[in-house]
Amino acid sequence: MAGNVWVLAEQWRGQLSEITYEVLALGKELATALGCDLQAVLLGHNVKPLAASLGKADSVLCLDHSALATPVAEIFAHALTPIIRARSPQAILMPLTNVSLGVASLLAEELGIGCVNFCRDVRAVDGSLQTRSVLYGGKMEAIVKPAQRPAILGILPGVRPPDEGLAETVPPIEDVTVDVQESSSIRWKRYIEPEIGDVDISKQEVLVSVGRGLQSPDNVAVAAELAEALGGAVCGSRPVIDQGWLPLSRQVGKSGVVVKPKLYLAAGISGAPEHVEGMKNSELIIAINTDEQAPIFHVAQYGIAADVMDLLPALTEAVRSRKEVKSHA
Amino acid sequence: MKIIVLLKMVPDVVEELEVAADGKTLDSEFLRLIANELDAQALEEALLLKEKYTGTVTVVSLDAPEVDDALFTALAKGADRAIKITGGDGALGTRAGAYLLAQALSTIQGLLPADLILTGAQAIDDLDGLTAPLISHLLRLPQLGIVTKVSVDTAAGVATVLREFPGGVRGEYEIKLPAVLGIQAAEKPPRYVPVAKVRAAMKSQVIHSVPAPMMADGGVALLQVAAMAKPEVTEHAQMLRGSPEEIADQLCEILAARGLV
Ligand SMILES: Cc1cc2nc3c(=O)[nH]c(=O)nc-3n(C[C@H](O)[C@H](O)[C@H](O)COP(=O)(O)OP(=O)(O)OC[C@H]3O[C@@H](n4cnc5c(N)ncnc54)[C@H](O)[C@@H]3O)c2cc1C
Ligand SMILES: Nc1ncnc2c1ncn2[C@@H]1O[C@H](COP(=O)(O)O)[C@@H](O)[C@H]1O
Repeated sequence: MAGNVWVLAEQWRGQLSEITYEVLALGKELATALGCDLQAVLLGHNVKPLAASLGKADSVLCLDHSALATPVAEIFAHALTPIIRARSPQAILMPLTNVSLGVASLLAEELGIGCVNFCRDVRAVDGSLQTRSVLYGGKMEAIVKPAQRPAILGILPGVRPPDEGLAETVPPIEDVTVDVQESSSIRWKRYIEPEIGDVDISKQEVLVSVGRGLQSPDNVAVAAELAEALGGAVCGSRPVIDQGWLPLSRQVGKSGVVVKPKLYLAAGISGAPEHVEGMKNSELIIAINTDEQAPIFHVAQYGIAADVMDLLPALTEAVRSRKEVKSHA
Repeated sequence: MKIIVLLKMVPDVVEELEVAADGKTLDSEFLRLIANELDAQALEEALLLKEKYTGTVTVVSLDAPEVDDALFTALAKGADRAIKITGGDGALGTRAGAYLLAQALSTIQGLLPADLILTGAQAIDDLDGLTAPLISHLLRLPQLGIVTKVSVDTAAGVATVLREFPGGVRGEYEIKLPAVLGIQAAEKPPRYVPVAKVRAAMKSQVIHSVPAPMMADGGVALLQVAAMAKPEVTEHAQMLRGSPEEIADQLCEILAARGLV
């Protein structure tokens, strides 16, 4: 008999990540289509209380061990390998975030099975699994079929709305004994918290976000003027931060901050999956990019195919004069 | 200290990408390949480490169009040796590529043991896994990914590294050398090298071509790409057209309707 569908319930620093619910919602669809159960697998130390909120799954396997308190991919892979061997699930869905990245590849090699990355969707087609995976910074998609089962599927954030992965019921929880050791070659030391910036971009209602298309650090001031006219703040994509044009506290995305402002104006940003996961839930997204094919136009409601440096000053001007008219009215 | 940097050629996504007639791969006619962006970060980190602790940096690539340009650029920036592994299947997936690289590293004279093997944290074209964990598994070395800072205690044979987590949080680890690290960002933006210097490197330096090793246990791709296409445009932004001033006015209307101006 074919095994169940598993979802790795991602927890980080004692809390379940939002993506866990997104992936549970997807897992439920797959399990239903394949006629099997959905099982959530929770790994960590002292994490059992979290299992209660995984009711979307038919049951939860809880792997609790002190060695799992440290975020090291090889320890997680070692803990999961014998359990997967023993219970042979047919698909293992893993969140592809900065927390879990790396576990899927190691686990797949230890088990000698395949893994498919960057899944934007997974479906059961005629009883087989098929993914839609993102390539080339979001510019292409591939329809991929894992060659065998079980397969490990790395799931991108946003695969389903997280609400769909919530359930009122408390699932049956099974404690699974794991035999793992701390790594002999990797020693965990500590978390380093980000420096608190001058503004908390997650609390801003308006964000003018700049990317590499801004061309020069001197142009950040032009974006800042627009942000000021709109009563918001400037933030940016990773390259802008890596090059030191803006501080790390202003980075939006996978490694940065997740934002949901009323307006997100993306200027010169291509819309790579790692950026999009940090801003896709903004209420209104407007994108400016010279490349009409840029993936950012798939998440924006309004788009302008133009040079940022032509548009930003014109927009600042228009916003200012409208505000002036309003204040005189 | 001996450092190996793995460098992968990937399509330049600034260019238009088209799907080939087979419907499953990119049309190579329009393709321009460049070194994966994060590999430039890995190379920079390697060069910074070399400057700090002395040592050598060897860059290793599988053969691909334009790879010589990328390797000469690495040499011009300060890498000591460039190795190109020829005769492998050009269209390897990540898993098969990692098997080939691991085999090559183990069999090419003078490469291993190295203190550090650096890769980019991730390439923009991988479907079937990540090279750093794969190579670490095959070579039985410890590995950490999404790394942004490396400092080495050569006497103790350990490196202290920072790894990224969400929200700007970083984790500090100590890892025993030799180790594999997937580099996300070097401590400084990658250095710029003028074209003239790359040309000079082309004249004065060499790329060592080494035939791909015989594979005892060749990793195969455990997946099948059934089709490739540009993302479905079920949802596409409504495009605003006109002069910058006209567009600015349209945008103001949209913002005003939502009470944002
Ligand atoms: C593990 C990991 C974590 C990551 N975390 C993050 C993260 O937290 N945040 C993040 O943003 N990225 C992150 N990235 C990087 C991400 O993959 C992309 O590389 C990055 O988002 C690209 O930034 P960009 O859009 O500014 O640059 P590019 O992709 O280079 O895009 C620049 C865009 O500007 C356009 N352009 C050029 N000139 C102009 C002009 N004059 N006017 C208008 N448009 C112009 C171009 O057409 C292009 O679309 C991460 C990557 C990895 C592997
Ligand atoms: N064919 C290759 N040749 C050299 N290095 C590679 C190759 N494939 C992957 N790498 C390295 O591994 C990194 C991550 O690639 P990937 O695992 O494909 O995401 C790349 O940035 C390179 O540093």
